[in-house]
Amino acid sequence: MKGGPRHLWEAVADHDRRLGWVMLGPAVVYIVAFIGVPFVLAVLLSFSNATVGNPTIHHFVGLQNFIQVIHQRQFVTGLENSLLVTFVTLALLLVLATIEVELLARPFRFKRLVQTLLILPWAMPVALAAIAWLWLLDSQFSPLDWIFRQIHVLGPGGIFGPAMHFYYLGRTGLALASIIALNVWRMLPLAVIIVLAGRLSIPQELFDQAEIDGAGVFRTLFRITIPALTPVLIVAVLFTGLLVFGDMAIVNLLTSGGPGNSTQVLPYWAFLQGINGGDLGAGAAVALFLLPVLLAVAIFALHFAYRSRED
Amino acid sequence: MARILRTGSFYLGLLLCSLFAIFPGIWMVISIFKKSSDLYSTGHNPFLYHPGPTLSHAIYLFTQTHFPTFVVNSAIIGGCVVGITVLLAVPAAYALARLTGRWGERSGMVLFLVYLIPPSLLFLPMYQLVTFLGLANTIWGLAIVYPTITVPFCTWLLLGFFRSVPRELDEAAMIDGRSRFGAFLRIVLPLTLPGIAACVVFAFSLQLSDYIYAATFVTSSSAMTISFGVPTELIRGDVFFWQGLMAADAVVSIPLMLAYGLLFDKLVAGFQSAETAAAGG
Repeated sequence: MKGGPRHLWEAVADHDRRLGWVMLGPAVVYIVAFIGVPFVLAVLLSFSNATVGNPTIHHFVGLQNFIQVIHQRQFVTGLENSLLVTFVTLALLLVLATIEVELLARPFRFKRLVQTLLILPWAMPVALAAIAWLWLLDSQFSPLDWIFRQIHVLGPGGIFGPAMHFYYLGRTGLALASIIALNVWRMLPLAVIIVLAGRLSIPQELFDQAEIDGAGVFRTLFRITIPALTPVLIVAVLFTGLLVFGDMAIVNLLTSGGPGNSTQVLPYWAFLQGINGGDLGAGAAVALFLLPVLLAVAIFALHFAYRSRED
Repeated sequence: MARILRTGSFYLGLLLCSLFAIFPGIWMVISIFKKSSDLYSTGHNPFLYHPGPTLSHAIYLFTQTHFPTFVVNSAIIGGCVVGITVLLAVPAAYALARLTGRWGERSGMVLFLVYLIPPSLLFLPMYQLVTFLGLANTIWGLAIVYPTITVPFCTWLLLGFFRSVPRELDEAAMIDGRSRFGAFLRIVLPLTLPGIAACVVFAFSLQLSDYIYAATFVTSSSAMTISFGVPTELIRGDVFFWQGLMAADAVVSIPLMLAYGLLFDKLVAGFQSAETAAAGG
């Protein structure tokens, strides 16, 4: 048996197929155990009456959880807001990321410093970003309100005066706008990195040719850059959209769903039902409504990506 | 004239983008050193100090709150998560890039579908799973769950890096008498170190950013992470310790910003090869 394990290893180390499975195995086992199993449990849970006090799945109650949750006003508001916030955030991200990438694609002095500053929102953990914005948008001490007062937007004689404050998080429309602004702020650096990677892969000859042909900045942008960027813009939409749609920290910390549940979103409502309310079944049923939306977006995006590749 | 206009709008654009990115950060840093009487007055310019800055709130954060515990917890969890992620994702990505043939080619898609299952869909069954394992309310429960966020993403990113290394390099090493595994370890791995560095930073910041799992599993402050501990422990009812909160935020965010800033070009290169690889099949 001397050298047995060594022989065994040599038989693996030089055999592509066997080595492949040995190297892939741990990741597959982990993903199946900690994503596959919970995913199946998530579906089972939504059909069961499990609670935080009694978390094992004992018996199934059919569609009862789903019927219960779709009749909740907060659920409907949450679904609408989740879709609205995600959609508007992505639209703004696409425009801003395209502009910022055009700026960063050129060489300039202090580029490294600018890149470092630009990445701050993504480097800040989301809960801490929400706290920073909570203070930025404070009802009494917001520095934005002070700036608006200085330029006579607020205050006596101002366009929105004589009010001294906007109360960003106290009114439904402004609160939703604040949530969207924070999401855009936070995701822009990630979108820029993804799109910049695609932008730098476009052959320089295309731009040289456009310049010889006398195409202006906007013509080059819409005729060459944006069509060539379509696949990476889709990647950016998928990555950032998933993080925006699935996030509950921003709404939890910024508005707690208020005022009056008007800024509720799906993930936070699932959390309130499942953990705070202790009703695991109902919470899982709410969370499961994330899935069809995610799948639809993924299928659409992948379809689109393949089509643009074939062109 | 047109050139001046163009250069001017270019720098104006850069200035506006930078300002948008760092304005909340500037306000955050200014707030840390404000005396409460100064912070809570509306009369004067909030960006200046009247009268003078103070360090007392930052000192309070580190000496009188659980914040140092959260930092230690997040560092331990982060170390575990980065370790698990690298150990799982690096071999898996190489295997998918080189060894598993046609299976590997479709794998980018499969990884992507796995990545599409967000924590907000899994947190309730994960609560059951962690309770079942006896790890609820501990940092180990979080350390074992967070790689679900990082492994699919890092494998996808590394897949691109490995595919960008020419196959001829592995083959030449194997002709020179190395085993397939030896070729991976000695030839390909050193070439993908920038990609692995990018993955380490990404994995660390993704796990640090988690809020939902920590909010689900953890109730006692001794097991809280920065992301969950700061908003739950330092905000009490309607009494906010704004200077302390901003200090906690800055202490975490600024080093991470610098790490990302140093690796910015590597991250772009990583996405570039991942995207090119995805586009090539």
